[in-house]
Amino acid sequence: MTTLTLSRAMNEGLRRALENDPKVLVMGEDVGKLGGVFRVTDGLQKDFGEGRVIDTPLAESGIVGTAIGLALRGYRPICEIQFDGFVFPAFNQIVCQLAKMRLRSLGHVSLPIVIRIPCGGGIGAVEHHSESPEALFAHIGGLRVVACSEPADAYSMIQQSVSCEDPVILFEPKRRYWDKGEVDTAADPQAWLSLNAARTVHQGSDVTLLAYGPMIRTCVEAAVAAAKDGRSIEVIDLRSLAPLDIETIRASVQRTGRCVVAHEAPVTGGLGAEIAARITEECFYHLEAPVLRVGGFSTPYPPSKLEDHYLPDLDRVLDAVDRTFAF
Amino acid sequence: MAVDSGAAGPQRLEGTGGELIQLLTPEGERVEHPDYPLDISTEEIKALFRDLVLVRRIDTEAIALQRQGELGIWASLLGQEAAQVGSGRALGPKDMAFPTYREHGVAWCRGLDPAKLLELFRGVSHGGWDPNEHNFHLYTIVIGSQTLHATGYAMGIQRDGAVGEDGEAVIVYFGDGATSQGDVNESFIWASVFNAPVVFFCQNNQWAISEPLERQSRIPLYQRARGFGFPGLRVDGNDVLACLAVTRKAMQAAREGQGPTLIEAFTYRMGAHTTTDDPTRYRLAAELESWKLKDPLERVRAYLVRTGAADADFFAAVDAEAGELGTRVRKSCLTMPDPQPLTIFENVYSEPNAQVAYERDRFAAYLDSFDSEEVGA
Ligand SMILES: Cc1ncc(C[n+]2csc(CCOP(=O)(O)OP(=O)(O)O)c2C)c(N)n1
Ligand SMILES: [Mg+2]
Repeated sequence: MTTLTLSRAMNEGLRRALENDPKVLVMGEDVGKLGGVFRVTDGLQKDFGEGRVIDTPLAESGIVGTAIGLALRGYRPICEIQFDGFVFPAFNQIVCQLAKMRLRSLGHVSLPIVIRIPCGGGIGAVEHHSESPEALFAHIGGLRVVACSEPADAYSMIQQSVSCEDPVILFEPKRRYWDKGEVDTAADPQAWLSLNAARTVHQGSDVTLLAYGPMIRTCVEAAVAAAKDGRSIEVIDLRSLAPLDIETIRASVQRTGRCVVAHEAPVTGGLGAEIAARITEECFYHLEAPVLRVGGFSTPYPPSKLEDHYLPDLDRVLDAVDRTFAF
Repeated sequence: MAVDSGAAGPQRLEGTGGELIQLLTPEGERVEHPDYPLDISTEEIKALFRDLVLVRRIDTEAIALQRQGELGIWASLLGQEAAQVGSGRALGPKDMAFPTYREHGVAWCRGLDPAKLLELFRGVSHGGWDPNEHNFHLYTIVIGSQTLHATGYAMGIQRDGAVGEDGEAVIVYFGDGATSQGDVNESFIWASVFNAPVVFFCQNNQWAISEPLERQSRIPLYQRARGFGFPGLRVDGNDVLACLAVTRKAMQAAREGQGPTLIEAFTYRMGAHTTTDDPTRYRLAAELESWKLKDPLERVRAYLVRTGAADADFFAAVDAEAGELGTRVRKSCLTMPDPQPLTIFENVYSEPNAQVAYERDRFAAYLDSFDSEEVGA
């Protein structure tokens, strides 16, 4: 076990992926000498060369579009999008090409591409640097969407994403990049939790709190605080946003009878809506209350002085939890 | 001269291509250029010098404010003052400017209160000024997007019949990195095909964060224009007089209906990309040292001293004014009120919106619940 920051764990995971398969490439803006604006690719170009760790021209459509071409030629590109708000120039390539190529070729073509996107707010940034666009991708058939919340998962999930034959959009919680955690870099990859699986990160019996990415830490803190008041919250880190690990979700909600979904993204049309609908179908007779959502507002992400109001914090999460007991 | 006429473009600004258009050498010597005769008085040059000093002072103050935690981030214009002041002072009141996030010098020339710029970097608003008040659009952070907006705006000018004598034109700013974006290339096509009255002002500061120009282009950027069918030229971006002259000419051509021009202002980002960047990771200090010799302010100072156009009193007065401006900028930052939480829900739509109103009311009630707890406690 080593103690690593999430950024460093991701870096180690990328390093393993580059070592394990000469076809793996890292490409994006400033991923070379600079090591990325969050230092996630620090040192990789030095060790693997400019042919494999590629500073690209400044164009996201170009990054993803050429990654598709490289994948067609047998490579496994890992694209870095510098910030969540800058993925949209690539949206056309992702939605119209990346997601559909397997189906269009009747399975002849695989596009094993990973698109890493630092996401979410809480770092006091200017606009376009704090968004949570995961639902836009989860909506698209043909894409896998996953989110890591802590260093050990960052380390394993990036490698599993690279191994995946389908395109994976990997969301990285940028305000948690400097959070530290234990990472077992010697563990057998076979022993890693599947990329499809959710994980219970705090056990509880009164209510299920579903979250992912940057909200996990907030939700665990909320659960710890609630425990002092005698309320037992089970926190599940969804990890895979598309597809959802519905078995894990169902088992927990059937036990607790109550569920809250928390994310930074706006609740309108957000993942919470999808999850709530699914739980209503799967757990209808077990529910003591409607599934509640807590998340961002149906507004553009606000200027950073207001982001603490926009982002669901411990109090807002607990407020939603309380409300599920009011039914 | 450094001009490249597009095949389909109007045959103006013709030249032999290659060299940098310069009217004031780094040593402060005035040189003439056959295509850019600049009729400018000493008083006007002194006014440009004042602009350069003042915008650098705004920048210095903002960097200090960021270091002290008063701004979240700041994108410094250090080294690019001449490109911005020269081009900014070439604009008429009716012309429209579309900036990136670094055009504090252009903002100054358009008359925008520097405090407005701080709002964005302090996280109080996303800009918040009325673009029509000073004909200066909002800052755009998503690289290259504004080039299309500028082109569309220029097409609107055409439709308003505002091209011709006493016409209007648009200038749009972007960086060397931005030239790789699809949007920028599409804007070149639109502007060319529709002969839109827009001047593309590219500040080639040699870097896009950590990536040198070679990552974006194998040919000088101004030569790109040729392929799109309009003229491109390269100007010494650290020469305020040359930037003024080439922009004036290109804007006048656009106003008169002669279509777009690409100006590549060859300059250097002397500071970090933003206050959160660490350039020592990717570039050599020697590069910065060589560009310091081409400092945009010092050459004007040298010129004014050499020609005796300005004396010590003048420089002292400008410095004093800069000091006052710095103090004013600082004060406006420190006294800026924080936005109220419920403003999150304002200005999302033109009229009341059911979803936003629902969320606002619930959030207001939620916030009130804390107030009543506090009162009760
Ligand atoms: C679409 C998009 N992608 C990435 C970024 C992140 N980013 C901000 S500035 C920058 C470099 C811009 O370089 P350049 O166009 O040369 O302008 P400069 O900052 O040098 O003035 C990048 C990559 C962004 N703002 N927008
Ligand atoms: Mg640049």
